[in-house]
Amino acid sequence: MPSILRKLIGLVVFLLLWEAASRSGLVQATYVPPPSVVLVKFAGLFGNPQFLTDVVSTLLSWVIALGLATLIGVPLGLLLGGVRLLRTVSSTIVEFLRPLPSVALIPLVISVLGSGAQTKIALATFAALWPVLFNTIYALHEVDPQLVDTARSFRVSRLRRLTGVTLPSIAPFVLTGVRFSASVALIVLVSTEFLTGGTIGLGQFVYTWGSSAGRMDMVLAGTVFAGLFGYLVNIGFVAAQRRWLVWAPAGGAM
Amino acid sequence: MKIFAQRWLVFLGCLVVWQFAAASGANPYFPPPLRILRAAGDLWFSGPAWHLWLTSSVGDDILPSLARLLIGWAVAAVIGVLAGIALGRSAVATDYVAPLLSFARAVPPPLLVPVFLVVFGIGPQMEVATIVLGVVWPILLNTIDGARSVDAVKVETARAFRITRSRWILGVVLPSALPKVFAGLRVSLALSLILMVVSELVGSTSGIGFQLVNAQQATFDYPAMWAWIALISVLGYVLNGLFLAVERRVLGWHHGYTGQAGR
Amino acid sequence: MTENMLEVTGLGHVYRAKEQTHTAFGDISFAVDRGEIVCIVGPSGCGKSTLLRCLSGLLRPTSGTVSLHGTEVTEVPDELAMVFQDYSRSLFPWRTVAGNIEFPLRGRELSKAQRRERVEEALSWVGLSGAATKYPWQLSGGMQQRVAIARALAYRPMLMLMDEPFASVDAQTRAELEDLVLQVRAEHEMTVLLVTHDVDESVYLGDRVLVLSKSPASVVETLSVDLPAPRDQIGTRGAEEFVRLRTEVAQRIRNTAPTS
Repeated sequence: MPSILRKLIGLVVFLLLWEAASRSGLVQATYVPPPSVVLVKFAGLFGNPQFLTDVVSTLLSWVIALGLATLIGVPLGLLLGGVRLLRTVSSTIVEFLRPLPSVALIPLVISVLGSGAQTKIALATFAALWPVLFNTIYALHEVDPQLVDTARSFRVSRLRRLTGVTLPSIAPFVLTGVRFSASVALIVLVSTEFLTGGTIGLGQFVYTWGSSAGRMDMVLAGTVFAGLFGYLVNIGFVAAQRRWLVWAPAGGAM
Repeated sequence: MKIFAQRWLVFLGCLVVWQFAAASGANPYFPPPLRILRAAGDLWFSGPAWHLWLTSSVGDDILPSLARLLIGWAVAAVIGVLAGIALGRSAVATDYVAPLLSFARAVPPPLLVPVFLVVFGIGPQMEVATIVLGVVWPILLNTIDGARSVDAVKVETARAFRITRSRWILGVVLPSALPKVFAGLRVSLALSLILMVVSELVGSTSGIGFQLVNAQQATFDYPAMWAWIALISVLGYVLNGLFLAVERRVLGWHHGYTGQAGR
Repeated sequence: MTENMLEVTGLGHVYRAKEQTHTAFGDISFAVDRGEIVCIVGPSGCGKSTLLRCLSGLLRPTSGTVSLHGTEVTEVPDELAMVFQDYSRSLFPWRTVAGNIEFPLRGRELSKAQRRERVEEALSWVGLSGAATKYPWQLSGGMQQRVAIARALAYRPMLMLMDEPFASVDAQTRAELEDLVLQVRAEHEMTVLLVTHDVDESVYLGDRVLVLSKSPASVVETLSVDLPAPRDQIGTRGAEEFVRLRTEVAQRIRNTAPTS
């Protein structure tokens, strides 16, 4: 049996089991509505102006946060990875900041920045910074010294060594970091929206339908959308890695 | 020793600068470190002597939060590793669940909190369920990956010596997968801390996350809020450190082996 | 003494991948007596390793039969141990040297004390008594292959299969390990079937040498090696008979080369 057929069967069987569990009352249908209901609601979301506003807000914030994290993380990583003194000096601060989950900062940032989009963008950027930063630092140490020596033996200038040797060498690791950051940023964005009353965003959409209205069909429809989006983003990153970074198909830590 | 001094001097220097800047600026959101320290002392270390000077908050908020985090993580670890080993050794079985796994991994776990809230109500079950369902995926996917890629020569060696099935799983597949499993466990531990805080911010009446949001919204006690933030950071630091210590022991062979192979 | 231990008749293996087929070897027949060292030598890529995997029961041949003591081999038989070329992948890096040797013994009905005794014994045979608690990756390549040999010996097989066992060690170590195989055979009456691409090695070690042709391989020559025991790296290799045999083997291999 071809693999694609098995995947389809697995999906269909899962949906049927869920449907049966929900319809038979094994799980209460108001808590966990059957997929037939959820999927209809999911399709209906695309004609729901409120939902579309929420999605645009979340996705735009996501793009901005990921872009900022990359723009800050890569140069900072090059600096910290390349200059030993800076690395030593910053390491204690970094080690205490890194394990701090952004979500713990939600109350603080709301107090300081209010409940607008800047709050969730700031938090998501903070969270997304670390994977990019650490993968860049890690990648710098993995650059093959023989490549650098080869370039030096041909008297290649410092700048060209950076653009021609270092950056291509670290690119696969950085991309892995960005991919990881993408999902972290999404989690933080949605959590922040979820916890900040009166904002717009996918998290607030789910919160409103869930906590005030008790409409789990809408909650699950929103969840399916977020999962699908995260899935497609992941596929996109893997494809980009295959397409542009063929020389290093599997790169990266984390 | 010099490096050690360098690192901590800079850290202390930053704190001192913060202290003076905050004391002169008087911004209520950024209290000076010493005030935060005093708030932490009041919060946790001002209890009676027969309680080792610990306050009731330690037993009512910190320990229960930690317990939920660790239980959720441990349950996810058991499920993830068992299912991962089983799936990893069967390409056919993996095919059936692959699309579901890719999807499940991509769902931001906080979105499911409303569902868990109605199913389990406010309380520890809801928190543990959120953590388990949020952190099981990195463990599961990494274990599948590790179990699938057992070296071909080791497979043949085990077959040539007629290794029994249980010893094959425990003695060859599991150790082969272990470096990947640990990578997944580490990511999941960090994620567990996040979800512990999120679930307590939303649906709890005690715990670290609840006290954090309480200090901000109900009592406007910003030094206390900072103390809770610092506690979460220290928790993350300590948990990660303990995990790395265990990993170094358990995976000592792996570092030696790859170090030698990568000469 | 001349009892047929391993009998191979009409063995052939064809790899099928989609619409292409590749015949690894066509029709191979030979027998190995108890206590013999038989070397199989052939040009690179002639399917030697595939042949050995069919003999060990790791791979089902597409035609012909292998029988060990008159019983047809369909799965890996109990009385057989294998030494692989790539020792660093064949040894388990998460087990110590002693742990690696003991691992296959766990499935057998042996007490803990018996297992430990066998491990110590095997380690002393290969001269590694001091390394029991080390990890394989802490040892040199030659020592790692000694561990793999010790693991096979502790298993007490009737037949030991070796797949290019010395192809990844340096020349000095290779000579030492060759002598180790000869010594083990002399002391423990082991039957050994060894695959190699090294002509000199096959003559130096073998009681008989089977020369394979280029792919699809078949046995083009069986040579008996009548060199006196004990063999010696300098004396034997300098002997006129050795030179004559190695020249003959080398010529047979070269003559088969352009036929495909």
